[in-house]
Amino acid sequence: MQRNLNHPTIVTIEKVIEETPTVRTLVFSDDIMPNVLPGQFAMVWIPGVNELPMSIMISKESGKAAFTVRKHGPSSTGLFNVPVGGQIGIRGPYGNSFDVKEGKILLVGGGTGLVPMMRLLTFLKPTDDVTVLMGAKSKDEVFFEELANDLLKNNPHRVIVSTDDGSYGEKGFVTDMVEKLVNETQFDAVYVCGPEIMMYKTVQSAHSRNIFVQASLERMMKCGVGICGSCCVGEDLACRDGTVFDGEHLSTNKEFGHLHRNKAGILENY
Amino acid sequence: MNVEPSIATSIGPIQLDKPVMLASGILGISLDVFNRLYASGAGAVVTKSLSTAPWEGYPNPTIFSVKGGGWINAVGLSNPGAAYFAKMIEPNQDVPIIVSLVGSIPSDFESMIKEFEKCKVKAYELNLSCPHVAKVGLEVGDDPGLVKEIVSTVKKSTNVPVIAKVGLGTSNYLNTVSTAIDSGIDAITAINTVRAMAIDVETKRPILSNKFGGLSGTPIKPIALRCVYEISSQYDIPIIGCGGISSWEDAVEFFLAGASAVQLGSAIGDNWVGVFDDINKGILDYMKRKNYSTIKEMVGLAKKS
Ligand SMILES: Cc1cc2nc3c(=O)[nH]c(=O)nc-3n(C[C@H](O)[C@H](O)[C@H](O)COP(=O)(O)OP(=O)(O)OC[C@H]3O[C@@H](n4cnc5c(N)ncnc54)[C@H](O)[C@@H]3O)c2cc1C
Ligand SMILES: Cc1cc2nc3c(=O)[nH]c(=O)nc-3n(C[C@H](O)[C@H](O)[C@H](O)COP(=O)(O)O)c2cc1C
Ligand code: FES
Repeated sequence: MQRNLNHPTIVTIEKVIEETPTVRTLVFSDDIMPNVLPGQFAMVWIPGVNELPMSIMISKESGKAAFTVRKHGPSSTGLFNVPVGGQIGIRGPYGNSFDVKEGKILLVGGGTGLVPMMRLLTFLKPTDDVTVLMGAKSKDEVFFEELANDLLKNNPHRVIVSTDDGSYGEKGFVTDMVEKLVNETQFDAVYVCGPEIMMYKTVQSAHSRNIFVQASLERMMKCGVGICGSCCVGEDLACRDGTVFDGEHLSTNKEFGHLHRNKAGILENY
Repeated sequence: MNVEPSIATSIGPIQLDKPVMLASGILGISLDVFNRLYASGAGAVVTKSLSTAPWEGYPNPTIFSVKGGGWINAVGLSNPGAAYFAKMIEPNQDVPIIVSLVGSIPSDFESMIKEFEKCKVKAYELNLSCPHVAKVGLEVGDDPGLVKEIVSTVKKSTNVPVIAKVGLGTSNYLNTVSTAIDSGIDAITAINTVRAMAIDVETKRPILSNKFGGLSGTPIKPIALRCVYEISSQYDIPIIGCGGISSWEDAVEFFLAGASAVQLGSAIGDNWVGVFDDINKGILDYMKRKNYSTIKEMVGLAKKS
């Protein structure tokens, strides 16, 4: 029978890469996940633990994809601890993807929000002038810097790291750096994924200057296909209408940057 | 002389401009989304089943689709609670909202209905048929004494029409229908999801965190259709058909079996929100082709032929 994309397919973890003390990349083989569009996600079942939405990470080896997970609560820690040889279920890919533009491009990623940015990099043209801005709390938590430089080796590019405590790269919040960069350069497109406040400020900085900007939203997800309603943001369903939305659209959404829903569906402040 | 047919319909005292509604538990969490679905052609939207207190529901996996088609879910009736929900929908004027309620005893329903006093509610739908949460849903529907008490209490607490949603439990669902009718119910929705499960052969585990869930979508359509036909053959009560409807043909089949309106949920996962307008258009074309001017003319025709 043909693969049902909405039914969990079991894959085996073949390699585990330690990115930081709290972030790991788990690599597996699959027919579909290595070729998805930038920004798409999967629902990842950790048997006996939970099922979580995860952006689909690239792998250097063909025919392979990965998840890059930060150890946080019980569920993500469950995924973080899956060893080589361990089995997980994946369904998807779900969601839309970033519109790939050309020219002067700015990518902004915070923490595991860098995952969709890495895939997006693989869709850019060698002629694009690319700036990657990475945010982390401290030096220990910086990852993908080398990978980004490697993926961009044929492009005019720069990779800027900023840490909140200044222990590595630039000191300060990513959003201050975004404001500085969009003042200096007329970008053709800005893409952002990370904590919502960071996305909100980035979208504001770019959109107010009429720069094309897209953000990938995170919400509580159960079905991933637009049935359960748990991921709604205003009238939008993050899993089905997104996760990628234009700044133009987001600037009219009352909840973006301010509110999200808990597991019971009650709106809470960010 | 051909008049333009109308797809408006009435389910007993409930009047709708369009016959396809959003079923309970699907996308039913925010007023903004309700507005969108109404603009997309839904005749009414049924809310998630609301309880007296907020419920988080079960851990994931809570939903997935079955290899041969259809979905199994055990969301666990996660909902923000009736009081919170009532506040959220209070500003609504335009969208016909049917409030779905779930509880264990009559006073649960009575207190929730009080919360909605200031809201424009088209009808209440009593969920007597959720197959995967203990002490509510099917466990209530399977107990005729309790059904009688709940329906009578609810009918006394409100002038808004009340619908009972039934499903396949351990007792004959027709007894639940008959008890609900005797206790004054205005209409019946049939059916809810059918208790089901799936096991992953690689990891040798049930996929749902709750192990058991409810099957919905195309595999249950023939069962739901049979139930609507059975109810309409035995009782004189307005019926809303629900279960596996994804096309205009499906909707018309339910009208012919005896339903005056239909609800759909799973089809949204496959066809997204455009499904309402697609079905409305298909029904209208069919009516033109067959020379029907109202939905009512079609209701129950399969029993006569
Ligand atoms: C589209 C999308 C892509 C994501 N990609 C990644 C990724 O590549 N790497 C990564 O590390 N994390 C990613 N996440 C976040 C991840 O799904 C979890 O939210 C996070 O790991 C915390 O989960 P937890 O259960 O361990 O924490 P918990 O302590 O159980 O919960 C903490 C918080 O995590 C969030 N959360 C928990 N369950 C879910 C859920 N089912 N859906 C959404 N949020 C939830 C809620 O905000 C919750 O309050 C993504 C989320 C989304 C929506
Ligand atoms: C994710 C999901 C959640 C549901 N939640 C509820 C609920 O809260 N209350 C209820 O009465 N029915 C609930 N149902 C059942 C549906 O309302 C409907 O009866 C069933 O899915 C059959 O219709 P369908 O095949 O068109 O989906 C739920 C169904 C699904 C798929
Ligand atoms: S996760 Fe269920 S609707 Fe988006």
